Amino acid sequence: MRWIWIDRFVEFEPGKRALAVKNVSLAEEHVHDYWEAYPTHPAALMVEGFAQTSGILVGQANDFEHDVVLAKVAKAEFTDIVVPGDQLHYEAEITNLAPEAASVEGTVRKNGEVIANISMMFSHANNAMQGLELPHGFVFTGSFQRMVEPFLEKRND
Amino acid sequence: MTEQEVFEKVQETLIEALGVDDDEVTAEATLTGDLGAESIDFLDIVFRLEKAFDIKIPRGELFPDNILNNPEFIKDGKLTDVGLTELKTRMPHADFTDFEQDPDINKMQELFKVQTVINYVMGKISA
Repeated sequence: MRWIWIDRFVEFEPGKRALAVKNVSLAEEHVHDYWEAYPTHPAALMVEGFAQTSGILVGQANDFEHDVVLAKVAKAEFTDIVVPGDQLHYEAEITNLAPEAASVEGTVRKNGEVIANISMMFSHANNAMQGLELPHGFVFTGSFQRMVEPFLEKRND
Repeated sequence: MTEQEVFEKVQETLIEALGVDDDEVTAEATLTGDLGAESIDFLDIVFRLEKAFDIKIPRGELFPDNILNNPEFIKDGKLTDVGLTELKTRMPHADFTDFEQDPDINKMQELFKVQTVINYVMGKISA
């Protein structure tokens, strides 16, 4: 299994906003691990899915020069649960982009209905944690970068 | 904008940034000790204040960030006279009455009160 909690990007405006989709399936192992008798896709993994949508958006804004790490979840309020067969959309917008960090806000929609509002911050690890000698490129592996390539190619046409 | 209006907006900002209740955000509350702010929260607060008041906050102006790594400013865990003078120059928005009696670097966080933020914003919007 790969730790990728979005299926693909539907819309991607570099430096501004991104919309990603995630289809929840009964075939996925994790939905059976939360409540055994009632398969669900847990909220924590929706926070992760939103963070991946946002993290790639923030990373791409600087051409993946910085290693972007989740630094803070200021808000994550959910109003509904998600079960296999549901389709999720994560919509994230950059509200601030600074040399050392970025903030993002957005929603999670389930089958078109907003079920969560999320606000989070990312740190540009190599700028923010100087002296720790973090390896460069430890966040954005090829599989993450490939997800946005179609949108970037379209822009360059 | 009156100081009360600034206070209410700062209060709202801190409630959102730190997930605290409105009755915790008093003028005398310290951001770190009373409201539980950590390092990333200071940048979050700066971002939110910029948006709430439509102002630009240069990094290090509201919360000076490179005082503690200057050896000239610190001796035996306390700010030197030079360090204290520098900090006072850079934080005209803070109240140094208590801190200058015993400028222990561990007490420096107590300078960062809700009132400190209000003073800073008042100076910024009247400029």
